[in-house]
Amino acid sequence: MFETLSFYALAGLAVVASALVIGQRNPMYSVLMLIASFAGLSGLYILLDAPFVAMAQIIIYAGAIMVLFLFVVMLLNAPQEDAAEWDRAHPFRGPGVGRFGALLAALLAVQLAWALTAATGLSAGVGERTDAATVSSIRALGRMIFTDHGFAFEATSILILVAMVGAVVLARREGDS
Amino acid sequence: MIPLSHYLIVSVLLFAIGCAGVFLRRNVITILLSIEIMLNAVNLSFVAFGRASGDLNGQIITFFVMTVAAAEAAVGLALVIALFRHRESLNPDAFTLLKW
Repeated sequence: MFETLSFYALAGLAVVASALVIGQRNPMYSVLMLIASFAGLSGLYILLDAPFVAMAQIIIYAGAIMVLFLFVVMLLNAPQEDAAEWDRAHPFRGPGVGRFGALLAALLAVQLAWALTAATGLSAGVGERTDAATVSSIRALGRMIFTDHGFAFEATSILILVAMVGAVVLARREGDS
Repeated sequence: MIPLSHYLIVSVLLFAIGCAGVFLRRNVITILLSIEIMLNAVNLSFVAFGRASGDLNGQIITFFVMTVAAAEAAVGLALVIALFRHRESLNPDAFTLLKW
């Protein structure tokens, strides 16, 4: 009972906050709403017996990535969407493109939901067939990352390095040396 | 016990919201945020499937997705800063130099 209630509360928080992210005119509020959405998702991960993913979600996403977004939003200081004058100049202007995008997103949701109804074996409880201790063990998780997925782990570190250098080069003012 | 399908429905809703955000919003930062929403929707389905099958790989790929999302956010925001410096705008319709 408690699990069901907390699932619906957290899922509702995640979905509503995500909907508010794209419903806001001011990017600052969008970022803050996305942090709320990540909090809901992190609770869902705890319900799924994945405490380490839940903590990483809070620390990495809400703590690092969203702070980066907040820095940029504050740095650029352009809070409102300046749609008006560019929309008039744009050849594809008007609500047509927006309608097409909304239609595409709704179509995607319907298609995915239809795929869910067609699939079998989804109605069983998510933790019924397996033991919670096997998936929530951080020891097993660490062992797997550093042995089975060692190459992917090292490749990721190269990726981070490249992204870091690339971000510094891209954001540098021209003429700086 | 919550059925697996409920988690997948939440994931579908989040992905559709993110997709709608990419198409509907006219602000580069909000579009990047929508991409993060979509990545998180996929993460949720990975972890839910991993829990249902008792497999740790679902959680491990989530870490890799998070790392790639961090790299993407860093490079994307650097691009946003560079674009804003040239055009004084965050509207993607303003960046039409390659368009004829």
